[in-house]
Amino acid sequence: MDWIQILSNTVESILSPVTFAFVLASLGLAMHFGFAGLLNFGIAGFMAIGAYGYAISVLRFDLPWWGGMLVSIAAAIVFAILLGAPTLRLRGDYLAIVTIAAAEIARLLFLTNTFDDFTGSASGLFGYHDSFRAANPIPEGTYGFGPFTYSETDWWVRIFALAVLAVVIWLLWALSRSPWGRVIKGIREDEDAVRALGKNVFAYKMQALIIGGVFGAMGGVVYALPSAVNPTVYVTSLTFFIWTALLLGGAATVFGPVLGSIIFWVLQAFLTNVLPALAQEGGILESLTSQQASTLRFILVGIGLMLIVIYRPQGIAGDKRELTFVK
Amino acid sequence: MSNSEPVKATGLHVGEASPGVAKVDPILKASNVTRKFGGLTAVNVEHVEIPRGAITALIGPNGAGKTTFFNLLTGFDSPDTGTMEFNGKSLSGMRSHQIAKLGQVRTFQLTKALSLLTVLENMKLGATDQAGEKILGSLIPQIWRKQEAEIEKRAEELLRRFKLYEKKEDFAASLSGGQRKLLEMARALMTNPTLVMLDEPMAGVNPALTESLLEHVLDLKKEGMTVLFVEHDMHMVRHIADWVIVMAEGEIVAEGPPDQVMKEQAVIDAYLGSHQETDLGVVTGRIDIIDDGEKK
Ligand SMILES: Nc1ncnc2c1ncn2[C@@H]1O[C@H](COP(=O)(O)OP(=O)(O)OP(=O)(O)O)[C@@H](O)[C@H]1O
Ligand SMILES: [Mg+2]
Repeated sequence: MDWIQILSNTVESILSPVTFAFVLASLGLAMHFGFAGLLNFGIAGFMAIGAYGYAISVLRFDLPWWGGMLVSIAAAIVFAILLGAPTLRLRGDYLAIVTIAAAEIARLLFLTNTFDDFTGSASGLFGYHDSFRAANPIPEGTYGFGPFTYSETDWWVRIFALAVLAVVIWLLWALSRSPWGRVIKGIREDEDAVRALGKNVFAYKMQALIIGGVFGAMGGVVYALPSAVNPTVYVTSLTFFIWTALLLGGAATVFGPVLGSIIFWVLQAFLTNVLPALAQEGGILESLTSQQASTLRFILVGIGLMLIVIYRPQGIAGDKRELTFVK
Repeated sequence: MSNSEPVKATGLHVGEASPGVAKVDPILKASNVTRKFGGLTAVNVEHVEIPRGAITALIGPNGAGKTTFFNLLTGFDSPDTGTMEFNGKSLSGMRSHQIAKLGQVRTFQLTKALSLLTVLENMKLGATDQAGEKILGSLIPQIWRKQEAEIEKRAEELLRRFKLYEKKEDFAASLSGGQRKLLEMARALMTNPTLVMLDEPMAGVNPALTESLLEHVLDLKKEGMTVLFVEHDMHMVRHIADWVIVMAEGEIVAEGPPDQVMKEQAVIDAYLGSHQETDLGVVTGRIDIIDDGEKK
């Protein structure tokens, strides 16, 4: 077994755009679920809208890269309003059902042949990189050390993603420690009590849904930025991976989702590399093909999620005192 | 109870005290309000007025419709028919937070403490017109820091009054049931209301604290607020209420000053029972009858 290669691949995932996309999306979920108590099971839908919004505007409407991102943000706002308007006055579980369904509807609309001219249906979208790469200030060449050695294009994607991440983290942090954040947390605890104090609960929930949704859409943009838009990515299991990352780190925290997403991807990368190698070497995984062994990681993720929810429901970064009161 | 008898407000009504009697200066009026749950008519109030600047008790047997009526008055439920007016403003079609903004704040029978907020955060949430509660304003602390400090000071004063100051950094979830009642009431006061509606504020609060809570309620009146409360403790009702409204099966069956109302046969039949001055043990036959002379 080539341990050097395995470890190098594992460490490399820390700076991968996919990890950053997960961080952004799980920060969006933290706003939704951790702070406002909104059960959004459609975060993959927000990501799809971000990715497609960007790629379609650049490819089909010749917008510059930043124009495409603005379109993504606007589309996420519209999507959030569409989801929220009929459901936010109802009990929390309605939002859960509507979001999970809406994310599937969005995905199927992107997948169907009907809009092939725009969405590329099953083959997705690619080749929208020119505008973004043209804005790259880094001179040509390879930079970095060890596993973190990238071309100027790869660095540009990563630096840009990190900048977006910094803004989003600051926003979430500033909002959560403000009086606005206090109202949002109050709504999470008991919205009738907050209503009785004269706060427009519906408007606050809508604001939280929009902000978290925009974070999710930016996650989708970052996911698509270095590669292509592939419709098989934005499935329901993506939503649940992001939930896993969120719960792992701590839902009602700002740094929890960051930590959770990184741990999630580092573990994924490690298992993806190590399980097939183990299967090849024989031993306990001898009877598995390397493909089966690599699928085993999803079983391990599921077990991990169960263990977190049972033994550390507030997540790694959560406040210990909260554990005592989890319902 | 307290050493000095509270000063009772009198002359609140116009004419004979009877269900639906007009008040000299009503703060809240409700007419023909009904609310049905399936076949059950939970509330059927022909007309009622709540006097301003006084303490009014709403009493009645379990299931009489008191809480439902509270919900209707505060916009947490909408009536099937009828109109309601607060300070001369119609409440029809208004949502609960809009009604609260008018200065009509309530507490809940099943206490609603915001468990994973600290006691102090619970209090601060009550303050109205906070610049930092607006989404854009919240991002710039310079806008709300000063107001926040003022709110914190007021919250701490109230917490001292309600004997919760030591707990201010604790999660509300760690409070006892009675302490949560206190917190909810204190939080409601943070909104600077003109009408305070309390649904069983004393349930589960120990006698000594009940006494000081009574003082708080009386203070509210002194500060010019109007109080409407639901309570099953008749001592408390007698002690602090200026006016008593009795509900039974959704209807208002009697109203008047406490001493008068509690003597009415309808109230005794529907609610108090004929043994209210007698020890429960006597009523149930578990202890021997003590003659009246000995009891006094
Ligand atoms: N949401 C509801 N659905 C169906 N029936 C209800 C509902 N809320 C209240 N009721 C019924 O309406 C009637 C009045 O209930 P309400 O809670 O107003 O009584 P209450 O006077 O507050 O009693 P208590 O003194 O026990 O608090 C009861 O018979 C109750 O069963
Ligand atoms: Mg009740």
